[in-house]
Amino acid sequence: MRIHHYEKLWLIIGSLILIIFLSILAVQTFVLDMGPPSHAETIDPQSVRESELFANTGLQEVGDKEYEIAMIAEMFAFRPGDLEVPVGSTVHFTLASPDVTHGFKITDTNINVMVVPGHISKISHTFDESGEYLILCNEYCGLGHEYMANTITVK
Amino acid sequence: MTHASELPVLPKGKAADSGLTAGIPREDAILSAANLTIAFAALLFGGLAGLLQGFVRSGYLELPSWISYYALLTAHGVLLVLVLSSFFSIGYLYAGTSKVLGGLAPMTRNFGWAGFALMSVGTAMAAFFILAGKANVLYTFYTPMQAHPWFYIGLALIVVGILLNCVGMFITYQGWRKQHPGQLTPLFAFFSNAVFVLWVFASLFIAVFVVGLVIPWAFGWVPTIDPMIGRTLFWAFGHTLVNIWMLTSISAWYVSMPKVIGGKVFSDSLARVAVVILVVANVPGGFHHQILDPGLSVELKFLHVIQTFMIIFPSLMTAFAMLATMERAGRAKGVTSLLGWWKILPWSDARFFALIVAMFAFIPAGLGGIINASNQINQVVHNSIWVTGHLHLTVGTTVMLTFFAVSYWLIPFLSGRKMTKVLNRLAIAQTIIWASGMLIMSGAMHINGLLGSPRRTANTTYTGHEAAADWALYESFMAIGGMILFGAITLLIYIWVQLAFFAPKGETEFPIGEDDSKKDVSPLFMDRWAIWVVLATLSIAIAYVIPLADFVSGHNPGSPPFLMP
Ligand code: HEM
Ligand SMILES: [Cu+2]
Ligand SMILES: [Cu+2]
Repeated sequence: MRIHHYEKLWLIIGSLILIIFLSILAVQTFVLDMGPPSHAETIDPQSVRESELFANTGLQEVGDKEYEIAMIAEMFAFRPGDLEVPVGSTVHFTLASPDVTHGFKITDTNINVMVVPGHISKISHTFDESGEYLILCNEYCGLGHEYMANTITVK
Repeated sequence: MTHASELPVLPKGKAADSGLTAGIPREDAILSAANLTIAFAALLFGGLAGLLQGFVRSGYLELPSWISYYALLTAHGVLLVLVLSSFFSIGYLYAGTSKVLGGLAPMTRNFGWAGFALMSVGTAMAAFFILAGKANVLYTFYTPMQAHPWFYIGLALIVVGILLNCVGMFITYQGWRKQHPGQLTPLFAFFSNAVFVLWVFASLFIAVFVVGLVIPWAFGWVPTIDPMIGRTLFWAFGHTLVNIWMLTSISAWYVSMPKVIGGKVFSDSLARVAVVILVVANVPGGFHHQILDPGLSVELKFLHVIQTFMIIFPSLMTAFAMLATMERAGRAKGVTSLLGWWKILPWSDARFFALIVAMFAFIPAGLGGIINASNQINQVVHNSIWVTGHLHLTVGTTVMLTFFAVSYWLIPFLSGRKMTKVLNRLAIAQTIIWASGMLIMSGAMHINGLLGSPRRTANTTYTGHEAAADWALYESFMAIGGMILFGAITLLIYIWVQLAFFAPKGETEFPIGEDDSKKDVSPLFMDRWAIWVVLATLSIAIAYVIPLADFVSGHNPGSPPFLMP
């Protein structure tokens, strides 16, 4: 199996770029903590609506401009409804589904996480710019999927 | 190694009186043609659904109440992703293998027809329940959404049919090896076997999911199902399917393209290495569909990202081999200037033209794939319509244009006819129309995805939210691209019907390139598939054992069904 030396060069350069690229991803993931949302905790989907974790509907202030909220993603709404926080707030979202799989996406932000029944998803974001952001479900969840949306107002 | 043209030997048992149509036994040609017919019908109906989807999303069309957007989208996905690709790869690879190995074994034909029958019945069943509105679950049928139980039986029949076709291919391949000890199988047969090995891996995952988990739950024998196990098994299948298309496509790039341009295969042995890497490294890539899923650790996800990126290596080898093949073909014709070989490529030959446009489409398609798989960057694009744009560049453009190019020699080869000048021109026009339609539609999808528009979502303005207002313009472009594409499909069907039934009789060759580096043959162990299957299993185990064990022991009580609609 003879490899032409141009091809060797091409493959070596390609592989080096690949390694550098993967290293950058690794630094971002493990050093800068930018890894994808990966919370691992199970919950019985049929008990989500009754569970204590999701009983407190509403934003809980846990620090200076820091909020927590437990949201239920269900066919075809996010509960509780529209939210409002001051500019510069960091919000920690905790999500679970009592029915099918949903997606939790806030436009103009990098908030994007799957909500799979049986698992609790967590994701956080700091809202530095004011405005009314659209929260939408980005995983098909049934015939009313396109109606599944809320807003979060930052002011 | 031995070449197709030097292989007059037929496997024993081939009926000598059956006559040779177009250089392969008539029975093989009919089997192949039957598979291709269904593939082409799937393109027509799947394309029609796509056209309507584009109109609905852009608000130009309101569907009648008896059919939902999601029924159309389910049909589009199932027909184009599952039905078209399986029937086409079988029809094409069976015909090519019959050619290079001197006919399929009689048992192979039996398996082929049995598989064809099951797949056809399964397709009809699945299509019926989708159109009846009883399977609005999209082609990924994520649980705990539930379709009509018999929809899943239809899918299971398709999978079993594919597995029978795999057995058929292995019989001919191994039969040939037994009869030719000490000889390396022809490159085309090697590709073909690799595709069917991947089909086995893909089918096993989906069979465990559909037959082992979904069907018992859909009929109510088991009360709950674990959605994460379902997603994981589905994408082990789904991503393998992607490499099945790619491998099927690049078989034409590596083996047939050189002959079409009057050159030779750049390096038979390196082509085999690329094939083997694809087979061994492919399945774990499925996890890049789950980067935003809960229940998988950041470390595990990073391992999957690395495993996904392994397939960039064979892609680099392919890029080099393609350009090297073209350059050498030019040099052999006496071109000495630096880029003169590029100019003398047979641009006016539709077979070549469709192939090279397909290859070019793979540059943005591959780059998009790298972006999507880049761990945290996935968060920006996941489940936005950017991803759908990516799908239309990869399978919709690169793979489809390759399949179209193949059809320009495969159909007349099977029908004993010849491509005419007019048809060749129409085929070139078809390529240009298809590529521009895809460029417009997929470009608009990419942009809208970055603007936040979700995929798999019927027309909505989100109660007039301003974020959604920016999407309207590009949704119109999606609809326009869709119209152009549907026009291209009708033109293509016209060409296919002409090639199959009306073009002048004559002999068309199935282009099989000769190796340029005959002294540099592969070692014989390359044909020992047991080695590659073991290595592939190992790479699957590295990726899957931990998460699946986690899910199984994860105290997830599971989900009851939610019927769609
Ligand atoms: C007439 C040509 C076509 C048109 C107009 C078209 C249009 C569309 C549209 C509008 C969507 C749905 C976007 C969404 O709501 O998420 C879509 C999805 C898709 N298309 Fe096409 N398409 C065409 C051809 C093809 C071809 C030839 C293939 C592949 C062989 C293909 C593969 C897909 C896939 C895989 C999806 C995603 C399905 C899903 O998310 O469930 N399309 N297409
Ligand atoms: Cu949802
Ligand atoms: Cu949804």
